[in-house]
Amino acid sequence: MRSTTYGKGLRGLSIATVATITVALVLVFFYAPLDASQGFVQKIFYVHVPLAIISLLGFIFGGLLAIGYLRTGDRSWDMRSYVAIHLGLIFGVAGLISGSIWAKASWGHWWVWNEPTLVSFLIVLLLFATYQPLRFSIEDPERQARYASVFAIVAGAFVPLNYLAVQLATAYVHPRVLTLSSANLPPSMGLTFAVSLLGFALLYVTMWKYEMAAKNARGQVRRLRRTLLGDDVVRPGGRSAAPS
Amino acid sequence: MRTALVVLRKDLRVEARTLETVPAMVLLALVTFVIFHFALDRDTIEGQLAAGVLTATLLFAAMLGINRLFVAEREQGGFDAFLLAPVDRTALLIAKAAALFIYLAVLEVIAVPAFGLLLLGSSLGHALPGMILILVLADLGLAVIGTLVSAIAVHTRARDLIGPVIGLPLLLPALIATARAIGPLLRAAHPATAPPGRWLAVLALYDLVFALIAYGVFDFLLED
Repeated sequence: MRSTTYGKGLRGLSIATVATITVALVLVFFYAPLDASQGFVQKIFYVHVPLAIISLLGFIFGGLLAIGYLRTGDRSWDMRSYVAIHLGLIFGVAGLISGSIWAKASWGHWWVWNEPTLVSFLIVLLLFATYQPLRFSIEDPERQARYASVFAIVAGAFVPLNYLAVQLATAYVHPRVLTLSSANLPPSMGLTFAVSLLGFALLYVTMWKYEMAAKNARGQVRRLRRTLLGDDVVRPGGRSAAPS
Repeated sequence: MRTALVVLRKDLRVEARTLETVPAMVLLALVTFVIFHFALDRDTIEGQLAAGVLTATLLFAAMLGINRLFVAEREQGGFDAFLLAPVDRTALLIAKAAALFIYLAVLEVIAVPAFGLLLLGSSLGHALPGMILILVLADLGLAVIGTLVSAIAVHTRARDLIGPVIGLPLLLPALIATARAIGPLLRAAHPATAPPGRWLAVLALYDLVFALIAYGVFDFLLED
């Protein structure tokens, strides 16, 4: 593995992330107007939707990084893909919970089946939740990286197809808050949403870089100890699904 | 292509002599119909409910076949032999997917009429032409995804668990499309004459996309 320093620019990035999220929160609470029909609870939209979008993008990002591994055979690509999917899962669970709260507040149920975005997101999350059990049950690190990459690519391609199927299967009863054209948001809400989305995107990138830097540093420490103490003294700490 | 045919013929011959996989799939499907009879407390079902029961049953029976697909290769060194042979690795994907497709077809030839006899309230004969078309498309998707998932799962420590856990969510879109396409055909009153086109389109798209992906990534699952 090349000794890339993922820590580079991390301080600036962290400050930018904190600043953007702070600005986003200020906009959410003091600038964006109250929703006419839903009132205050609609503000969770500015957290929920960015979380879900970034989570899905993270999954697709992980799939693209996995292609890098299969093309080059360089294990650092697999680690990047792992971290991307791992963070996507965390963002996804947070997005699902916030979505559930929003659903309870505005529609009266914790879960609604007639919202295709919600249902297809759950299916995607269920699929990606098997990524770590899969890694965990393969011993050989080389094979682990290869199989996980294959899984990441297949699952990444699954995301849009799944959305299509679920959307066709669902009878619309709820108005679309956000379509691809995004034309049905008033400008002040649109701006707040954009800043919030940017904030969460920065948060994802920052966390990705932090985890990569930590994993990289740990790998280097282990390599150094191995050269100093000899191969058989230093063992990988514990059994983990994470690549190292 | 020749290699694929040879492997497929080998698989079918092994299956014909041991009768290991397909009879188990058929039995599981029949037992599941009985379970549904008691669980739903209905003598006959029809419409979307019938379509759902049939699709879920076929899916779980298919999972049995998917789990068994590469077991002989792993236990008896077939993978190593195949890698040593100077042949295209994609041949194994094609052969295994074809074998799984044939198993599923045999399963459905028995399980669908049995479903008609045991549980279905509407006429099966009327729905049959449409159902055959839907099931062929669904089986193609099941065969491709099943082969891919089975090839991933067979080298893991908990392979009996990993297969279904990855396979079920991955097959969900095909399942939705199959159940929704069969539903209108099984209505007791005014059954549809032809399956809904958009669900056939979804199934065909799903088959095509995953066939291409499986073709692209399958080689990596065999490297060693």
